[in-house]
Amino acid sequence: MSLGRFLLGRLIALVVTLLLASLAVYGALYLAPGTPLSFLTRGRTVTPEELAAIKAQYHLDEGFLSQYGHWVAGVLHGDFGTSILGKAPVLSLLGGRAFNTFMLVAFASIIILIIGLTVGITAGLKRGWVDRTLMVGATGAMAVPAFVAAIVLVLIFAVNLHWFPVFGAGDSLGDRLYHLVLPGIALALASVAYVARLTRAAVRTEADSDHVQTAVSRGLPRGAVISRHVLRNAMIPIVTVAGLTIGSLIAGAVVIEQVFQLNGLGSYLVQAVGQKDFPVVQAIVLILVAVFIVLNTVVDVLYAVLDPRISAGRQSA
Amino acid sequence: MSILAVQSASPEPVEMPTSSAGRAHRMGVGAWIALGILVFFMLVALLGPLLISTDPASISLMDSFGPPQPGHPLGFDGQGRDLLARLVYGARSSMLGPILVVLISTVLGGTIALSAAWIGGAYDAVVARVIDALFAFPGLLLAILAVSLVGPGLLAASIALSIGYTPYVARIIRSAALQERSLPYVSALTVQGLGGTSIVLRHILPNVSGIIVAAATLSYGYALIDLAALSFIGLGVQPPASDWGVMVADGVPGLLQGYPQESLYASACIVLVVGAVNFLGDRLTETAEGGR
Repeated sequence: MSLGRFLLGRLIALVVTLLLASLAVYGALYLAPGTPLSFLTRGRTVTPEELAAIKAQYHLDEGFLSQYGHWVAGVLHGDFGTSILGKAPVLSLLGGRAFNTFMLVAFASIIILIIGLTVGITAGLKRGWVDRTLMVGATGAMAVPAFVAAIVLVLIFAVNLHWFPVFGAGDSLGDRLYHLVLPGIALALASVAYVARLTRAAVRTEADSDHVQTAVSRGLPRGAVISRHVLRNAMIPIVTVAGLTIGSLIAGAVVIEQVFQLNGLGSYLVQAVGQKDFPVVQAIVLILVAVFIVLNTVVDVLYAVLDPRISAGRQSA
Repeated sequence: MSILAVQSASPEPVEMPTSSAGRAHRMGVGAWIALGILVFFMLVALLGPLLISTDPASISLMDSFGPPQPGHPLGFDGQGRDLLARLVYGARSSMLGPILVVLISTVLGGTIALSAAWIGGAYDAVVARVIDALFAFPGLLLAILAVSLVGPGLLAASIALSIGYTPYVARIIRSAALQERSLPYVSALTVQGLGGTSIVLRHILPNVSGIIVAAATLSYGYALIDLAALSFIGLGVQPPASDWGVMVADGVPGLLQGYPQESLYASACIVLVVGAVNFLGDRLTETAEGGR
């Protein structure tokens, strides 16, 4: 089967999954105790005008599917509703914060790719104590949750050594990057270890394979064997895993932003949960879930492009 | 789930039998140590509160950040509460909470995976697509959404987390069940006239149980991390109740003033347990995959 059909199938699956996810995020409103209206206004006194505004925003007079339709149509036009607390359009509250989150995740992703691949390839090619030490370290690092890594990094590098600021996001671009060093490492640590372990396994499998043994026995230079035969094939599983791992950073960012007070989408989400500002919660969860699903699909497609056997094989599966 | 379990397209290569005896012995020791750590903390969670007479919530500001003293071997937190008592009571929610997540996600994921592998066709195709699209779904996001609906606490969050984990568990079990299904003995049983339900439950399920246990073990570690993270950001277990995640967060002001004990002790408990669980999970995965 052609790559085109495969892409079309993935695109349809992507749209369906996004619709299902949005339905779940919207329908959550009906899982809350009480009526949607009492849930949206809980814990505060609202004027009749505010009540009418919330009712109108969620179209609560209409049926569920019609409400959902209005909401999705709004979201597609960039209208995520109005913050109950901030009385401002949700989208206007998200912009700058989304950029902060993007910076954090991008920074962590770069660390994961550079260090994870370097450690994994080194361990995969150098058998013996180098390999064993790196893998013991990686296995240990995988057991460290991001928030624990954050606390330990703050203790060592901010409190004791004063190399980095404890909290805050910084002002200028350079300052911001400087403020992102500790959060980025904390967020990346476990994923670095994970990607390193997988890279090592993939490199080792290729290095032991028949075609590599043949290339070596034909007398090809070691560098050429490694770059053309080992790494090129090993990249296929690595790209998938690295991509999925980066997708999973989205949830980790919520916690890390909270620790370092970075004022991104994640810390705003936690704040909105505390303040019972449901339109904001809904919007952020939907955005993060959508980014995750799109990333997953991109990884899937990339995998198929790198390895044409996949699009052919999976059609029949 | 912060990271995915090792489920690569290319499994670890089989080690050459150079030092197989010594290596097997070492692995055995590692697994025993990991199991010992796990059993120890489980016992602490179950029995510890009965054995300890100190009240984890009793505040005495005189002892703020106090050093260890007789009867208080780990010293005190910023409010003068006994750190050992808080760790022991915190073990309950931290160690037992994830069990619920593992149970729900394994039953749910197992049912979806086994039925999809057996029924096949369009049903399996749809299940496979959805599992792929939601694989490694950040369950923590669902848990936060659940908390925003019903308020802080672990119960709703655990259920939401389980749903988030289900695609991950289902994907692992489905691929094992598909392999099993293609084996000749299944066709033989079908020819003998055995019904689908009993083939799946009595023959396929026992044969993939090793993979299921391995996946459940690894998801216990992820669930422990996610629930502790939830408590850490203030949406899970609520202070003054004790929980390791709560303690890491509670300890931050002390940590900035040069008293990092509370955060570090609670962190050490989390890392020890998760490390042991991951180690066991990896070994179980290797054993289960080696056996097929």
